[in-house]
Amino acid sequence: MTSHVLQVENVAASYRKNTVLQNVSFQVKPGTLTAIVGPNGAGKSTLLKTLLDLHPKLSGHVQFFGSSYQKMKRKVGYVPQRGSVDWDFPADALDVVMMGLYGQIGWLRWPSRRHRELALEALDKMGMADYSKRQISQLSGGQQQRVFLARALVQNADLYFMDEPLAGVDAATERAIMRILNELKQSGKTVLVVHHDLQTVEDYFDHVLLLNGTVIDHGETKQAFTQENIARTYGGALQWMKGEAFYAHPARK
Amino acid sequence: MSYTAWIILTASLVGLSCGLVGVFLILRRMAMMADAISHTVLLGIVTAYLVTRELHGIHMLIGAVIAGLVTALLVQWFHQLGVQQDASIGVVFTTLFAIGVILISTSVGNVHLDVQHALMGEITFVPWNRIDLPLLGEIPEAAFLLMIVLLIVLISILAFYKGWKITSFDPALAVSLGIPAAAMHYLFMGLVSVTAVASFDAVGAILVVAMLVTPAASAYLWTDRLIVMLALSGGFGVASAVIGYVIAVWLDTSISASMAFATGILFVISFLFSPLHGLASKYMRGKSSRALPKNSV
Repeated sequence: MTSHVLQVENVAASYRKNTVLQNVSFQVKPGTLTAIVGPNGAGKSTLLKTLLDLHPKLSGHVQFFGSSYQKMKRKVGYVPQRGSVDWDFPADALDVVMMGLYGQIGWLRWPSRRHRELALEALDKMGMADYSKRQISQLSGGQQQRVFLARALVQNADLYFMDEPLAGVDAATERAIMRILNELKQSGKTVLVVHHDLQTVEDYFDHVLLLNGTVIDHGETKQAFTQENIARTYGGALQWMKGEAFYAHPARK
Repeated sequence: MSYTAWIILTASLVGLSCGLVGVFLILRRMAMMADAISHTVLLGIVTAYLVTRELHGIHMLIGAVIAGLVTALLVQWFHQLGVQQDASIGVVFTTLFAIGVILISTSVGNVHLDVQHALMGEITFVPWNRIDLPLLGEIPEAAFLLMIVLLIVLISILAFYKGWKITSFDPALAVSLGIPAAAMHYLFMGLVSVTAVASFDAVGAILVVAMLVTPAASAYLWTDRLIVMLALSGGFGVASAVIGYVIAVWLDTSISASMAFATGILFVISFLFSPLHGLASKYMRGKSSRALPKNSV
């Protein structure tokens, strides 16, 4: 039982008056890299937010590391969708990464040199060291996403939730992010990623969670990511996937 | 200190406090909440008077904070029940303000508190209403109140800089880091209320919105750094106070209106000529910067 870093039982959530998630149950083992896939409106982002208490859940239980989220908050990191923040905010890349440390810095204290160094190190890891003083609106979409990833890295969490980190990024950023995700996995950390590109699921992720209002299937990619399961998840939307346009679900902006 | 000096000092204190608080209002996209709170503090003041039968600093501050927080809570509550945010603000503050107006005319009677004064302020009377304090000597009560509020503003910003920065930029991340976004919000609304009520006497409820919003909106155009934006916004607030006073003397008109007008002038100058986000510099940079659209790769 306790070998799971995340246990979700019968979670339900609604958005305005529509029930978006129902009977969502799954467990995640440590050191895994899980893709969460499903069509638009399947509740992928809502699922992440509900697990992290950012959205109210109607029912169900969630356990992190065998305990409650409130107790394990420090060990859990979250990377929201890039479009969820105002990139015209007066801040540079380093500022944004430092925000990942605000929970540790504590009240009434200002970031120290050590915090700055940690943040710079994380930016460097994402290949963004040269951009640390760049105003965030002057960064490309891919660079902004790398800043978000760097911010997640400084949190030094054990379990990460990422909402579409690969949506609308350039090839170099995609490689950089996947390298980091694999490094996290090698060091025993666990990552759940909302993913939209069905073509890369098999290459990038060892586990997959197919979601459409509820869990259609969940398990190792080899077993769960079957044509049949994909069809069950996406329903009619699958028909045009066969051609070169395998891009079933573009990120919402 | 001379009569003129007290007026300029009082006006500058308004400009500085409002300028600093305004930065976070702009960044949190809450300019409308400033409008709302600046009106509902009237109800707070009236209620405080009815309870204590006194019209002095501390009672007014407490009454204003309560009124401001009630406004923020009601707005949030209606919004959560499905009313649109701006409609919710509009409904809540006009209703609370109306109650304040009715209470003034029915229950308060013949005190130094009337609707005209509350709306427009009367900074020219500020130097007459003095209190005697140890160390500081005899100073206008409004100036003293504003000094205390400026101190509160400075301490709050020092203490909650990180919290307000992160909850303005990325509230979801803040919550996931264990930073209480809701508490930060209401704390800030409390600060806006305190600032609004202290500025009340000088510039009134309507023009305090100009002092809260416009210097910060101007500063936003000049810099990409939050700390610089705070300094600039406070500076613009003080500059507007001084320029406003000069204009008022020159045209022999209302000081508070001239101050608000000065904030507008500074904004137009910033909007046109700021080297960073001004219209002119955007035009000069022309197509070269447009060729790199912001959010594409």
